[in-house]
Amino acid sequence: MADRVRIAIVGSGPAGLSAAARAAQLGLSHVLLEKTDHLSDTIYKYQKGKHVMATPSALVLRSDLDFDAGKREIVLGTWDDQTAKHKVNVRHKSEIKAIEGEAGAFVLTLTDGAKIEAETVVLAIGTQGNPNLVRCPGASLPHVQYQLDDPGEYVDEHITVIGSGDAGIENALGLAADSAQGNTVTILNRSGDFARAKGANVKLLNEAAERGRITIRLETTPAEIRPGEMVLETRDGQETIRCDRVIARMGSAAPRAFIESCGIEFSSPDREAFPKLSPTFESTKPGIFVIGALAGYPLIKHCMNQGHDVIEFINGNKGLKPADEPLLEAKFAKFRARRSVDEWLELLRSNVSILNELSPLQMREFMLDSEVRAYKPDEVIFERNDPGSSLFAIAQGNVLVEVDKDNPRITVPIAQGSVFGEVGLISGRRRGATIRAGENAVIVEVSRTAALKLMASVPAAKRALTRISIERQLLQMFGSGLTAADLAEVIDASEVLTVPAGKHIITEGEDGQDIFVIRVGSMIIEKQVGGKPVFLNYLPAGSYVGEIALVNGGKRTATVKAAIKSEVIRLPGEAFLRLLKAKPRLLDKLRADVADRQNINSFIESRKDSFSGVVDMYSATAGFLIENGIGEATDVLLIDENLCVGCDNCEKACADSHEGLSRLDREAGRTYAHLHVPTSCRHCEHPHCMADCPPNAIHRGPDGEVFIDEKCIGCGNCQRNCPYGVIRMDSVPPKKPPIFAWLLLGLGPGPGEPNKAWKYKDKKDGVEKPKKAIKCDMCAGIKGGPACVRACPTGAAIRVAPEKFLGVARLERETD
Amino acid sequence: MRDRDLDRRGRVREAAMHEGFLRHRNFRWLKIATALSLAAIAGYGFADVTPRPNGGSWYGYTLGTVAVLLILWLTLLGVRKRWMTRGRWSLKAWTSAHVYLGLSLIVTATLHTGFQLGWNVHTLAWALMMLVILSGIWGIVAYAALPKALSSNREELTQTQMLEGLRAIDRQLHEAAQPLAPSQAALVQKSLEQNVFAGGLFRRLSGRHRGCATAKALRGIRREGGQEKVQSLLERKSGMLARLRRHLQLKAMLEVWLYVHVPATFALIAALTAHIVSVFFFW
Repeated sequence: MADRVRIAIVGSGPAGLSAAARAAQLGLSHVLLEKTDHLSDTIYKYQKGKHVMATPSALVLRSDLDFDAGKREIVLGTWDDQTAKHKVNVRHKSEIKAIEGEAGAFVLTLTDGAKIEAETVVLAIGTQGNPNLVRCPGASLPHVQYQLDDPGEYVDEHITVIGSGDAGIENALGLAADSAQGNTVTILNRSGDFARAKGANVKLLNEAAERGRITIRLETTPAEIRPGEMVLETRDGQETIRCDRVIARMGSAAPRAFIESCGIEFSSPDREAFPKLSPTFESTKPGIFVIGALAGYPLIKHCMNQGHDVIEFINGNKGLKPADEPLLEAKFAKFRARRSVDEWLELLRSNVSILNELSPLQMREFMLDSEVRAYKPDEVIFERNDPGSSLFAIAQGNVLVEVDKDNPRITVPIAQGSVFGEVGLISGRRRGATIRAGENAVIVEVSRTAALKLMASVPAAKRALTRISIERQLLQMFGSGLTAADLAEVIDASEVLTVPAGKHIITEGEDGQDIFVIRVGSMIIEKQVGGKPVFLNYLPAGSYVGEIALVNGGKRTATVKAAIKSEVIRLPGEAFLRLLKAKPRLLDKLRADVADRQNINSFIESRKDSFSGVVDMYSATAGFLIENGIGEATDVLLIDENLCVGCDNCEKACADSHEGLSRLDREAGRTYAHLHVPTSCRHCEHPHCMADCPPNAIHRGPDGEVFIDEKCIGCGNCQRNCPYGVIRMDSVPPKKPPIFAWLLLGLGPGPGEPNKAWKYKDKKDGVEKPKKAIKCDMCAGIKGGPACVRACPTGAAIRVAPEKFLGVARLERETD
Repeated sequence: MRDRDLDRRGRVREAAMHEGFLRHRNFRWLKIATALSLAAIAGYGFADVTPRPNGGSWYGYTLGTVAVLLILWLTLLGVRKRWMTRGRWSLKAWTSAHVYLGLSLIVTATLHTGFQLGWNVHTLAWALMMLVILSGIWGIVAYAALPKALSSNREELTQTQMLEGLRAIDRQLHEAAQPLAPSQAALVQKSLEQNVFAGGLFRRLSGRHRGCATAKALRGIRREGGQEKVQSLLERKSGMLARLRRHLQLKAMLEVWLYVHVPATFALIAALTAHIVSVFFFW
């Protein structure tokens, strides 16, 4: 006999818990289904004592459960107590397998076979997903497990760990750590190396293997699991080993497939897409509601508010305003026109073409991450060479683009409903032109995150933006009095290609006339001279290549390959030639560019004859820098180790300029020919750290710096996402006495980052300081610029844009 | 390509190439210091002081004032280096000026003496100043010659990584040595107990480590034909030790001159104070 409830809530994270508490408070029959034996598994799995943050601070909490920033234990303890006090009906160890039926009569099947009937379902399962399962005979045997809570539990066992990520390695190391436990540990890796895991973990693993503690089996997969033994599929055939326990840590699958199987549609096939929802969080399957991280709201407060609201909606409270209403009201408060928030949202949605297809709920979300401003005629919106990655949309009025940098009176208008600033959004490079308001204008500034979300959820918006951005990029790059109409044919025939790092888009000696425009990433140009590839030039996003063969005819004169994963626009040669015929000024411009480039090429070739060694070194250095990710950098710290005396004054200066914490590690990092790239932020064009910041706390500042603001919740996502390891998590040390007190009286720890002992000694009792993400901000706002460079006594440290450093001037100096 | 020479406020960005403190701004401070020295020499030749050039003449006072102000300013480099204030200053420019103006003191201060040297507090000040300058020259030579070697020796490893590497190999040694005979195990034990930082300044600077426990253990075990695994671990440890010791040696050599330069500076200032007070007191 199945249980029957009015509301089944799936998942007991902040969203689900808050919903269940509301349902209990309203006296609605409900059940809260939790997969594990405790509430809120994601937070439960945080490390002990972790400080949980409560952002955005402006948002009011609307829930029957309390929540405030504090230690993980306190947060979980409060929820446990209050869940019990509200008499929430929790069903632990209830993993859901399927949801069938229609609104009013859903049947939820659990993995243990139980069935629950519910009139409505609230899905609050988050995005953590389910572990990937072992797929071989015997995978369902009881000694196959997907989690390891306490490695100390197992004694004298033969244990096989499957998986090559950090989780698998850490488990294997934990099981083998104490030889007194007598475990025989084997780790299986499908591939030939542990590329996905942290370097430190791989090192520890190899060391353990060398000591005979762990057996590493590469290119090996499980073929069959039997009680007490396991058959392995290796390179050299099958092999059977003893095995009492299997621990599978093979990552987890996003819950999307499950959600779609319930009949819920997503807004687009993009990986970042979220389910389509109504203003009351109802999905496309009537009766199923989606809230929390799965709905696109990763912050605890949002989740809890939605849990509260969704139950109110289900209970028939239609007049409830969302908790973010005051935040939106504040955004529109500065306008004289008195409109309600809903009227404003509708006005923006209908006036701006790329927003037309958004739902009211998406519109709210979108506006929370965006700003609306009014501009008077001729007021500047942004200036040429300003850094910025936001997108602007014109809700009312129009704007003028100053297309000629020397004459601000030459402008091109952009009309109401259209967008601008998309080049910054897509390429991450500086603004290409100054833009000012043409008449009284209302402009929406869309943050990079909101713009990316928009493109992922509305395919039409993505297409429109891509087309506009190609058109604008070409207009800006070629100038020469071209108009959008002239380019129509070329753009219609163009295509956007994604180029993996190292792949050629043009190969020397081949035929081809296409022009390539670099949209994202960067390219390097190489030429074979004397049987060796010689580095000729570095092209950042916003440049084009391929014009020599087009203008002069003949074969390609050099090879162009991607320095990092890039996106290029391919413009077919025939269409472009027709454009050149019609526009002689464009041909002149191209001829001038060709001459410039050929000058550089012939200069390098001439030097190659007389200074072969220097040119090889120049090529090799460029290659080294690009290998180390300089291709996506906008500003990088480079140390000349011919000059560096290792005094670490750069680190000390960094710490002293930033609350006592250094954001760079001078000694660590790669070195080639005494050119050292220390562990320090490169301010990537498309910062990896920004990719998944729940409170949206990472931005690009006015001088191009990528910085983290005070909204940081210390989750560590950015640290994990940074491929260069330049972000650290730490708490701010206490303030030091002034430098003269140290110089004259020896008070305090002296210049630089204080050591742990001092930090600990000087800590106030009982005050737990949260750990936050710390990274280089290029000393923004500090007069004089980067402290590391200013404080270098020998001139070993410089900060440069890669295209400047890789320029030909370097070769000129060295061969003069 | 885009013009990124100027940043948003129109400031010229830092040079896109490395330029050491000696070459700073095309030897700006070398030129200034040379001009200063030549002017001092010319003045010395032209100044009509009787009965003979002397620190107490008007020209002598001028040179003395210039020299003492220079010395005090040069001392401030130590403050500048540690006092991380805002503003458009560069420590490299300070170092450059420090080096060349410091060298020019050889001319200014010596001319100030009028070559009247003797066994007194005045000459003590001059001698201490020369000691500071000579140790400074030693520093310049070290800064010019050693960084390359430091960089080549460490091969992308940090000091922490080197120490971690040693610890890791010690753990392996500890386990591999379990089945060894007591005499061999004792040798390995000695190697495990070895402290790389021990031995004092001379040992670190000289780079000679006679009686190194690891080297001894390796020799002993080789002689007795001990386990191959232990041997190879000891060989690896020796290699790592050699690198770490070279690293510490180079770092010490880059710093050791400061242990003369800085204390001598303070002695100089003390002697200078005595010199000035006595000159005015016994006027």
